[in-house]
Amino acid sequence: MSVPEIREVTLVEAVNMALAWEMGQDENVVVLGEDVATNGGVFRATVGLKERFGFKRVMDTPLAENLIAGTAVGMATQGLKPVAEFQFMGFIYAGMEQIVSHAARMRNRTRGRLHCPIVYRAPFGGGIHAPEHHSESTEALFAHIPGLRVVIPSSPQRAYGLLLAAIRNPDPVVFLEPKRIYRAVTQSVPNNGEALPLDTCFTLREGDDVTLITWGACVQETLQAATRLIEQGVSSEVIDVATVSPLDRETLLCSVAKTGRAVIVHEACRNGGVGAEIAASIAESAFLDLQAPVVRVTGYDTIMPYYRNEQAYLPQVSDIIEAVEQVIAL
Amino acid sequence: MKQHHDFHVDSTRYLDDHGNALGDLPPQAEDTERTLAAYRNMVLTRTFDAKTIALQRTGKCGTYPSVLGHEVIGTAIGQSLAKTDVFVPYYRDQAVHILRGATLLELLLYWGGDERGSAWKNCPEDLPIAVPIATQCCHAVGVASAFRIRGEDRAVVCCVGDGGTSKGDFLESINLAGAWHLPVVFVVINNQWAISTPRAIQTGAETIAQKAISAGLPGHIVDGNDYFAAVEALDTALDRARAGKGGAVIEAVTYRLGDHTTADDATRYRSAEELKKAWEKDGVKRLQNYLHNTGFWSPNKEKALQAECKQTVEKAVEVYLATDPEPPTAMLDFLFESLPAALVGQRERIAAKFRGGASGGGQ
Repeated sequence: MSVPEIREVTLVEAVNMALAWEMGQDENVVVLGEDVATNGGVFRATVGLKERFGFKRVMDTPLAENLIAGTAVGMATQGLKPVAEFQFMGFIYAGMEQIVSHAARMRNRTRGRLHCPIVYRAPFGGGIHAPEHHSESTEALFAHIPGLRVVIPSSPQRAYGLLLAAIRNPDPVVFLEPKRIYRAVTQSVPNNGEALPLDTCFTLREGDDVTLITWGACVQETLQAATRLIEQGVSSEVIDVATVSPLDRETLLCSVAKTGRAVIVHEACRNGGVGAEIAASIAESAFLDLQAPVVRVTGYDTIMPYYRNEQAYLPQVSDIIEAVEQVIAL
Repeated sequence: MKQHHDFHVDSTRYLDDHGNALGDLPPQAEDTERTLAAYRNMVLTRTFDAKTIALQRTGKCGTYPSVLGHEVIGTAIGQSLAKTDVFVPYYRDQAVHILRGATLLELLLYWGGDERGSAWKNCPEDLPIAVPIATQCCHAVGVASAFRIRGEDRAVVCCVGDGGTSKGDFLESINLAGAWHLPVVFVVINNQWAISTPRAIQTGAETIAQKAISAGLPGHIVDGNDYFAAVEALDTALDRARAGKGGAVIEAVTYRLGDHTTADDATRYRSAEELKKAWEKDGVKRLQNYLHNTGFWSPNKEKALQAECKQTVEKAVEVYLATDPEPPTAMLDFLFESLPAALVGQRERIAAKFRGGASGGGQ
């Protein structure tokens, strides 16, 4: 067997690599969205796919997000595995009815006769000085919907492995790509078609004093905070939730049982966020293990400010350190 | 000045209100066996409809949308579709489902609050009944795209009401069908009423069929109560679609003879006089008259057919009423292909709560 090609890639290049791998393996995988074919996507996530796999499998759609979401449902019921791109998460709402009322329900309402192996991809989150409507993190809207998986990679390796898993999964996955770190870091990623598990947290760093729970771009700041906290003698366990729904509560609860403290970090609004569900789960199942209340470091409950003020909104390394100091002091 | 638009929309009708030929009939009229099968399906659908309304009125079925008045266009759709084609329904397509192979029991289960009512073993690729208005139009273009991608000579029929044509889903979907040259036929069942909203205030366009022109598709109007007009239009559009010549929009003009659903009371918003006039155009009676006039039908045959349909429906109702609900744990069993670890505890709680059978309301 030949040695797999190992490339040093960014997160968005890893997305592209996974798409190309799986389209090469499975002719049922098709890509559709606005500007995904000739232009290769506004972030270049689908670049080169049209040249390799042709217009029939890489489709530029009319500019209609609801149509993109619903067309994918129809395709999926006939055995295709569509990967549909929304240009930005801020534009996914037009497709919400199709995702919620059809993609998420098809298997259930037909008692397994039809199902929707769809991946809905969308770049999400703030921090790139984008215009209005281009910076939101509304993963909680989808995490609330039964029948959907919501998966968020936070590194090139996890983008590659989780996207492969999402495409192969026989049920719909909302795959949110943190665009702030699309090109922030590179990693060696073997292009070997190996998927990573869904519904599973990734423990990125082991520690004893506090569990830092996060996902998406905030994984970067959280890891930086953990490194700085070492200097203060605090040992942090850092967990990338990765699949925010359905939640891998077991990994989270085991870690909290060990450390006795939890800080949850996400850039979405606090009210009704996925952090609230995690905090509630800890309160329900690990309350007696806690040595301090669970603390959340999140965006504020307001509209994502335009970019002059976006850093004031986004959780910073110092915010995370402050929260950890607060729970350690108790 | 250059003129860009000069469109026309044809409309077709072959039988008058009494079932007399207005002129030459299309070739479909020569197939008496098919015509008799069509009439049988219309009567069966109407019998099923009346019985289901009666079940709802006596608390044995949930809210139900009567198909009264749609039997002719539905039957034409069901007959024109090939087994290998795919049907994408809205929620008033009972006449089509019966011809596609969905059983009366399944239709009763669906409206009787049981998800198994969409399990359709005999037409496994058809989309299930779609309640959110016009959303199914997007699925239809997706199904047709799958056929195009694979190079298959199959076609799709998608039904939508006159109200549904006001939604973006319909307009976005016909637009894609035109842009991608997809093998999909949209049948707009124009029954004049979207619950209480009449056709006249649904759109300022003179016809609904002309919306097809804006999408680059041909638009055609048929008398939806005229079996020959309907089946000829469907046969033609589907043959064309299967041959790779693209999609179409057919506006089938008919009338909703019943209430919107059993929860509606149409006397609040439409006159008895209008309804009486609509009954004079009833397509089932029209085809019966035609068959009589041409010597293929008789009072005895009618009596026998009515009895046969009644018996078929009664038999399905008997099984329906004797069918136990699914166990409550089923609410989690079809959510994903396999139950995620996160939901195992919830399933165990349901199983424990309802141990030893249960349900029928979850007491």
